[in-house]
Amino acid sequence: MVADLTTQEKLDMASKIDAHIAKNQHMPGALLPILHAIQDDIGWVPEACYLPISKALALSIAEVHGVVTFYHHFHTHPVGKHVLQICRAESCQAMGSEKLEANVKAALGIDYHETTQDGAVTLLPVYCLGNCACSPAVMLGDDVYGRMTADKVAEIVAEARAA
Amino acid sequence: MVKVYVPRDSTALSLGADRTAKAIQAEAGKRGMQIELIRNGSRGLFWLEPFVEVATSEGRVAFAPVQPKDVPSLFDADFLNAGAHPLNLGLTEEISWLKKQQRLTFARSGITNPVCLDDYVAHHGYKGLNNALKMTSAEIVKAVTDSGLRGRGGAAFPTGIKWNTVLGAKGEQKYIVCNADEGDSGTYSDRMIMEDDPFVLIEGMTIAGIAVGATQGYIYLRSEYPHALKTLNEAIAKAEQAGYLGQNICGSGHAFNLEVRRAAGAYICGEETSLLESLEGKRGQVRFKPPLPAIEGLFGKPTVVNNVISLATIPIILDEGAQYYADYGMGRSRGTLPIQLAGNIKQAGLVELAFGATLRELLYDFGGGSATGRPIRAVQVGGPLGAFLPESQFDTPLDYEEFSKIWAVLGHGGIVAFDDSVDMSKMARYAFEFCAIESCGKCTPCRIGSTRGAEVIDRIVANRGNAKEHGKQVQLVRDLSDTMINGSLCALGGMTPYPVLSAINHFGEDFGIESAKKAAT
Ligand SMILES: Cc1cc2nc3c(=O)[nH]c(=O)nc-3n(C[C@H](O)[C@H](O)[C@H](O)COP(=O)(O)O)c2cc1C
Ligand code: SF4
Ligand code: FES
Repeated sequence: MVADLTTQEKLDMASKIDAHIAKNQHMPGALLPILHAIQDDIGWVPEACYLPISKALALSIAEVHGVVTFYHHFHTHPVGKHVLQICRAESCQAMGSEKLEANVKAALGIDYHETTQDGAVTLLPVYCLGNCACSPAVMLGDDVYGRMTADKVAEIVAEARAA
Repeated sequence: MVKVYVPRDSTALSLGADRTAKAIQAEAGKRGMQIELIRNGSRGLFWLEPFVEVATSEGRVAFAPVQPKDVPSLFDADFLNAGAHPLNLGLTEEISWLKKQQRLTFARSGITNPVCLDDYVAHHGYKGLNNALKMTSAEIVKAVTDSGLRGRGGAAFPTGIKWNTVLGAKGEQKYIVCNADEGDSGTYSDRMIMEDDPFVLIEGMTIAGIAVGATQGYIYLRSEYPHALKTLNEAIAKAEQAGYLGQNICGSGHAFNLEVRRAAGAYICGEETSLLESLEGKRGQVRFKPPLPAIEGLFGKPTVVNNVISLATIPIILDEGAQYYADYGMGRSRGTLPIQLAGNIKQAGLVELAFGATLRELLYDFGGGSATGRPIRAVQVGGPLGAFLPESQFDTPLDYEEFSKIWAVLGHGGIVAFDDSVDMSKMARYAFEFCAIESCGKCTPCRIGSTRGAEVIDRIVANRGNAKEHGKQVQLVRDLSDTMINGSLCALGGMTPYPVLSAINHFGEDFGIESAKKAAT
């Protein structure tokens, strides 16, 4: 997908990355804050950031790569406009999350770690959202939803798509 | 102006609290009525969220659960004057689910506006710090030790002893690190503190800093909690402005600064040494111990790592005294435990009680039985590394030692209920699967054993009735569990056998163990 970017877009991305590095590089343990800042802004962590980060923090590129890929939160590929996470952990299983995930996957026509064709929704598994009192739970963007059914998920996804 | 409360806690939001709040505001406007809408924390009665309250001369009156469609009828019933309505639950404080609790750590949750410092101070806030500022470091640490407080993150290590080690450690720079990675399924008490009463955590960490001589604190917050992040940052900014954080706390000459750091979705980073690696900007791999973090922790400096609840309990200990706290509880489990009811349970929510209540009381008196109305068949206590308990063990009191006697753990106090539709072989398989997904990869029994374990469970299930092969596979999972228990560096690999073996031992029928035996005879 990176190949699809125009030269201008690549330059924009690079300057954003540089700005996030410059802003965060002097704090102790700066790597995660930098990666968060990049993903919050761009939506994912492009490989193009490895070299400038490694230079700024005196790390090897392999080290940066190792950290990015260790953490489930960081996306190494572009994601859809909205990220939908379905909780797979025990409390939600006790309230039927297995059926929920099957139905949501079928409705969206995608599996975990995939994005709908229109680029609107990326589906991810998550292990507990701290909403276990109202299982099963899902998260769309930064918003948590409790006592979910496939129909309710379809509703919030439709709302997000329309917005 | 009448005060109306609608919680801003993320579980309340997950059930539509924002829409309810908007509907109330709009309806009041339409009727030309003046109200003061306060977005409070949650009382933890999550089965009744959105939980709306109205302030009256008698106290706060609850209306719950309130959806936008209920709002016009509430106004028709004059709910602003506690009018009669099917959703009117009477005085909040008299609701027995709440009244039966012993709220110490959660004394303010749901009562105050979480980001209003004045509100916090008006409800006993910063009394603990004020007392601590008049004490020596050793006196503060002694109070924490005497309270009997044990770490609420899972390992139940005495907090005072840990602090004493850091106090005694030499070092110009020391750190207080709050473990807010709360990865265990069925737990949300840390999240509640951070969203519903963040100042109590800030105060607790400040006291910890003064006690051990640390001037910098970090809250390592899981990335799945964006609401908590916002609330914490807002509260920290307010505490800084008011001089409760910074270079000269309350004019005492003590310095303490606090920063929230976001985790990145790795369960293992809840393990304290992996957490420290992550804070340093590395992969979250577990460190060998010794050295203890108390001696060589963050950036190699002496570091207190404590769970959110442990730290949030410090203010009341310093406010009311060690003995006050120690008077609650049983045996060596002193004080209260914020228990989180989750899974298939009718009345889920936060129940803070002195140690000693039984699981049965929690599941039935508070929980009201299963949500589906079917019998509760199994409960998992203490997160994904906790054992599954059958009905015959429901009379076990919540106490660290009583639980370890039945080869179970209390962990962070989460209780997940399952009804009789659960297939325990699936749960055992999931435990291995989760371990495989989250393993940091440092030791072989955990990294490889977890994947092999899931395969063995599959073979056990596939060979039901084939006594010889079945028996062989069951033995294999037991041997593998032994290897993981003995050969893992941390509790992820070392405790995954708890859910697996407890499922096999208590619910053998789901693994075909009974039928295989029968076929053999
Ligand atoms: C795999 C694993 C995950 C853990 N997750 C957490 C966690 O999310 N929160 C926490 O406070 N402690 C967690 N712990 C326990 C910590 O290692 C540590 O004991 C705790 O943070 C110390 O604080 P406390 O003494 O106040 O409980 C975890 C331990 C292990 C082995
Ligand atoms: S037991 Fe697992 S998670 Fe723990 S140190 Fe070993 S490999 Fe890492
Ligand atoms: S287990 Fe799904 S929200 Fe906690």
